[in-house]
Amino acid sequence: MEVGLKPGEISLGTTLIAVAFDGGVVVGADSRTSMGGSYTVNRVTDKLTYVSDRIYCCRSGSAADTQAVASIVTYYLQLYAIQHEEEPPVRVAASLFQELCYKNKDALSAGIICAGWDKHDGGSVFGIPMGGSMHKLPYATAGSGSTYIYGYCDTSFRQNMTKEETIEFVKTGVALAIGRDGSSGGCIRLAVITKDGVQRHFIPGDQVPALGVI
Amino acid sequence: MSSIGTGYDLSVSTYSPDGRVFQVEYAAKAVDNSGTVIGLRVAEGIVLAVEKLVQSKLLVPKSNRSIQTVDTHIGVATAGLLADGRHIVNRARDEAENYRDIYRIPIPGKMIADRVGHYVQAYTLYSSVRPFGASAIIGTFDHDGPQLYMIEPSGVYWGYHGCAIGKGKQVAKTEIEKLSLDELSVVDAVKQAARIIYAVHDEAKDKEFELELSWVTAQNKRHEFVPADLAAEAERLAKESLNEEMEDD
Amino acid sequence: MDRFSGNFDRFSDLFNPYDSNPTNANHAIGDFTKCTRKPLVMGSTVLGLEYQDGVMIAADTLGSWGQLARYRNESRIYPVGNFTVLGAAGDMSDFQHTKHMLDSLMIKEYYTNDDHVLSTPHIYEYLSRVLYHRRSKLDPLWNTYVVGGYNNGERFLGYVDLLGTTYQSSIVATGLGAYFAQPILRNAVEGREGILTEAEAIEILNTCMKILFYRECKTLNRIQRAKVTADGVEISEPYALPTEWSFGEGIRGFGTQTQ
Repeated sequence: MEVGLKPGEISLGTTLIAVAFDGGVVVGADSRTSMGGSYTVNRVTDKLTYVSDRIYCCRSGSAADTQAVASIVTYYLQLYAIQHEEEPPVRVAASLFQELCYKNKDALSAGIICAGWDKHDGGSVFGIPMGGSMHKLPYATAGSGSTYIYGYCDTSFRQNMTKEETIEFVKTGVALAIGRDGSSGGCIRLAVITKDGVQRHFIPGDQVPALGVI
Repeated sequence: MSSIGTGYDLSVSTYSPDGRVFQVEYAAKAVDNSGTVIGLRVAEGIVLAVEKLVQSKLLVPKSNRSIQTVDTHIGVATAGLLADGRHIVNRARDEAENYRDIYRIPIPGKMIADRVGHYVQAYTLYSSVRPFGASAIIGTFDHDGPQLYMIEPSGVYWGYHGCAIGKGKQVAKTEIEKLSLDELSVVDAVKQAARIIYAVHDEAKDKEFELELSWVTAQNKRHEFVPADLAAEAERLAKESLNEEMEDD
Repeated sequence: MDRFSGNFDRFSDLFNPYDSNPTNANHAIGDFTKCTRKPLVMGSTVLGLEYQDGVMIAADTLGSWGQLARYRNESRIYPVGNFTVLGAAGDMSDFQHTKHMLDSLMIKEYYTNDDHVLSTPHIYEYLSRVLYHRRSKLDPLWNTYVVGGYNNGERFLGYVDLLGTTYQSSIVATGLGAYFAQPILRNAVEGREGILTEAEAIEILNTCMKILFYRECKTLNRIQRAKVTADGVEISEPYALPTEWSFGEGIRGFGTQTQ
């Protein structure tokens, strides 16, 4: 079996964060897509991927694999919304990602965060790492950049943060990872998902906070 | 049935000139001849009750159940041909399992009714098959509270506050309409269901019957047969009320 | 030839000794695991023992990603019906698959409505056949399971691994627990199953889990316990154990150093 990228494949060496707060979720990501670990294919990538009106996913691993998986889940969720005459719960979206990632684990290189809002559970976040397990979490990080910010998240994350505090937490996390991870870089993209809809924020590369002494 | 013998009633793939499918109507007749089945929806759950006519004294009591469980949170009571009812229940179980495998949550009431309804309808389309001689009352408790649906042999289904099929459906429906379902507790609903089944039972035509009682309550959201002590109590009260009625007459 | 300068350095695509990501684990050429699969999110030790009221099992709540303690609130104990409990070590995605499979099995069993429920030995047998079947397809479920239960006054404790190997015993330990905990469990439990009280059973498991926390790298001091008795399954909330480190305070250097 082949877990990991195929030779020459475009990877989303990435920083992804999703955090639930009372009333919704904040998802954030950097904007670098690179090839072979040294060339930036796209410096303004949007890694926050729509899957339904109140659910987004963040993709890491193979760009090709995760795009395919996200497209299939989007299709299933459209079907769900029509048949049930209501928006799908985040749990269902995450289960669909899990099913696809688990059943095809031998062929896929995909680490996904699925986050959003639904009327049953409010804001919720699920991590679906490579291998296809599913983990409900208060917040999730993924991608190569996440390894550099475990310390930051462990010390700075608090339960019951406000929307503004949550946005700040995510923004700082991505900025720190961009500062240390060669595979993460460019801008910070954020999406705030609440019952009222999706609000997008964009922090251009020249306004990403420069943290640390040198 | 003025059109009997005109040849338009031999297949579901043939309409009569006035746009009817007689085979489907005959299937509905099979349901009308069966013991009465009722479903009640109250605030805290749903109750299913069946007047199961006992064909022979040699049968083991409680055999040939006509209320069955689908997944763990759905109860299905069928009226009409028992074997057809079983087939519908089997399909409902497959649909519930399939839904769980895909979405990893229990199937909601309207989805199981929709899927089974489509399945039943498909048996009204082809000359190679016979429509189901059975109706199904589906009771469940999902995210949106208690749900009650009834599927007819034609494949149509509606959601109900209370519904009845079988021999005594007219009387039963009148009785159900008298209840204020929104204010009834599940326990009282069980007692009312038992009373109605006893009231519609025609002692002269059908000798023996067994009362089947099941519920899905808000408490555990599982479909189960009503506990023996409550069922016995409900049955006792039902007989009592029947006697009172006779004395009044 | 690799055209990218990023791969010219010594941590090239062949081998990175500092990589803790299990997806990049380096296998020898022809390594048989390449033919099957690699486990990713992993749970470690599960312990189980029999005592006078039934059985008790314990596991920590860690889902490891290589050496990274990635998921620290991962429950590895799951109830199956009212009188059986399943403890899992190994790949968590396969564990989740198994949970779903057993849920489906229990739903089908509920249909019969004959007042008969699957008891622990039935569930254990089913699970072991599934695991053996999967290893025979060269596609094993990468787990070691501990199955505990109490049915009609009889205790049950069994082990089944990714090859379908099974054994039943009054004590069971998976992973490194087989080295660190099993000897302690043998001394404390074997021959005394009928007289061990619940308090004693908890004490024994706590001691073993503490030692595993000391000596196993991929553990947390955050454990769950489950007991199955005549009253059914009861799974505890995660809790931490008191640990002892003060003896290390006076230690200086590695040899003759005194200050």
